[in-house]
Amino acid sequence: MNAPSKPNDWSAQPDAKGRFGDYGGLYVAETLMPLVLELDRAYTEAKNDPEFQKELKGYLTHYVGRPSPLYFAERLSKHLGGAKIYFKREELNHTGAHKINNCMGQILLAQRMGKTRIIAETGAGQHGVASATVTARFGLPCVVFMGAVDVARQKPNVFRMNLLGAEVRPVTSGAATLKDAMNEAMRDWVTNVDDTYYMIGTAAGPHPYPAMVRDFQAVIGNETREQIQELEGRLPDAVVACVGGGSNAIGMFHPFLGDESVKIYGVEASGHGLGTDKHAASLTGGRPGVLHGNKTYLLQDDDGQILDAHSISAGLDYPGIGPEHSFLHDIGRAQYLTCTDDEALKAFQLCAELEGIIPALESAHALAKLPQLAKEIGEGGVIVLCLSGRGDKDIFTVADALGRTI
Amino acid sequence: MTKDRIDRRFAALKAEGRAAFVAYVMAGDPDAATALEIVKGLPAAGADIIELGFPFSDPVAEGPTIQRASQRALEQKMTLNGTLDIVRAFRESDQDTPIILMGYLNPLVNRGFETFAKQANDAGVDGLIVVDCPPEEADPLSDALEAEGLSLIRLATPTTDDARLPAVIRRTSGFVYYVSVAGVTGVKEADADAVAPAVERIRKASGLPVAVGFGIRTAERAAAVARVSDAAVVGSALIDEIEAATKLNENVTEKVLLKASELAKAVRSARVGTK
Repeated sequence: MNAPSKPNDWSAQPDAKGRFGDYGGLYVAETLMPLVLELDRAYTEAKNDPEFQKELKGYLTHYVGRPSPLYFAERLSKHLGGAKIYFKREELNHTGAHKINNCMGQILLAQRMGKTRIIAETGAGQHGVASATVTARFGLPCVVFMGAVDVARQKPNVFRMNLLGAEVRPVTSGAATLKDAMNEAMRDWVTNVDDTYYMIGTAAGPHPYPAMVRDFQAVIGNETREQIQELEGRLPDAVVACVGGGSNAIGMFHPFLGDESVKIYGVEASGHGLGTDKHAASLTGGRPGVLHGNKTYLLQDDDGQILDAHSISAGLDYPGIGPEHSFLHDIGRAQYLTCTDDEALKAFQLCAELEGIIPALESAHALAKLPQLAKEIGEGGVIVLCLSGRGDKDIFTVADALGRTI
Repeated sequence: MTKDRIDRRFAALKAEGRAAFVAYVMAGDPDAATALEIVKGLPAAGADIIELGFPFSDPVAEGPTIQRASQRALEQKMTLNGTLDIVRAFRESDQDTPIILMGYLNPLVNRGFETFAKQANDAGVDGLIVVDCPPEEADPLSDALEAEGLSLIRLATPTTDDARLPAVIRRTSGFVYYVSVAGVTGVKEADADAVAPAVERIRKASGLPVAVGFGIRTAERAAAVARVSDAAVVGSALIDEIEAATKLNENVTEKVLLKASELAKAVRSARVGTK
């Protein structure tokens, strides 16, 4: 097959059928088809409604705390030697991660659509907490599906969700992680079609989710563009973000896609290593297939069965990836690197020690590639890293991995 | 053109003035050999059509019963090839009973639609139900299956309104599968009164027989659905028997076929003709 070509207008993606090149689409059970088509109509309408955008902006400013700062990580830059490194501080958002950007958009949309019950899936619990937060704020009941393994390794977030009034349903099927939580959320959705809105947390799933979540997260990249021009008087040489489903990454990347001078790096989790069966690098170690409503790169066996992913970071522990990343990977507009559990742990500690910021283990995967990228881009260059979340939730996992007790 | 086998079966049932009993079991559950034994025994137990599930790691449309069946099958290393082997072995002794494979898209994407369609036709498959392949995405698969004379059976649901129905039944052949409840398999129960007008609407729009499934667990319910439709599909209730017999160390095949004959009797004695 011919390699797909770059589009002239990046904002024209996906097409009317929800395709980014060959990826995306809407592969859901017929019962859900009228719902996703209705969602597509409702979202298109909202997107073009200045009132909706104004309302969203109001909440992002006064409730979420946007814009998030763009911070020059001076000591880390000096330590690594090479390009100047900036952090886009998404971990300073209300609830401590980028996830709330998307949830705020979707809760306003759900209300506009007259939905009265919210369901969500969560891996690390960050999207679950963000969902529980906005549903508390707007007074809607919320059920969060979470793999039983993740419930165990992300206890603080489970408790947070409970405090916010959400019901957390542990999912025990499969490997009991994010993929299985998403399966269970889809089963709930198909069973409660009349009143329920499915708040997907990443830029994946059936159309229009990948495009919609990207649009809500693009506030990250849009702010970064303005801020870096104020600070440096120019665009960055590179942007870098961790990629599980890929919502913080696509939010950072998308506004820069048309800027040929800006290199784009996503970092996948390679767990115990790409040569093992314990990793979560769908692009680097998988191949295209269909799961959870979209066509995209997946970890799968010879018979097309989906494999269990592994990452020390619950938020990256997913065998698929958002379809737009698959497209960017194929056309070569973005490069996707990998980072092992051990590398992420080291970067986690380095960031805490040098910058006084405890990053999420997810974000630590992107941080781990900075030594390499800072050298490649070199002195006089500028790199922006999306610090997608704070790491307080991960301290138990990290302590465990370091053999310490808290 | 093996979809003829489906057409012939429905024509014969129409002449008999009754609905079909469609039995669903999973390839590889509880193991490959027993699943073959069950499939071979189903026609004599009264199944008019067999739906054979091929397992998938992430069966999002299934309730707990069929999820577990899928998991057991995968633990037994059942594959797409293994599923086709069961069909091939069944065809050695039965040339008349239609077999529909039911499952999810990714194993087929992985195989390649054209390769798969050829292999399925060679093995003696008559049609396919692919739960996560709505009409919007179905053309490439339809092309491949039609080239081999296989039907891609479409699913209509309680959320399929008049505006959407034409899209749903476009390019369909064999029969239309009406998912009688909004939900996963084997959890909610179908309401025959609500099913009747839906079946009528789909029959009229498609000109094809309409099978009803997803919400039938008992003989009574099967009979009630058979009275108002062209086929009653039962899956989870048969798989319950596999689980129960395994637990009690009983003969699995016997128990499943006993349940199948009970359901078949109910469907046959519902005495309702297809219109």
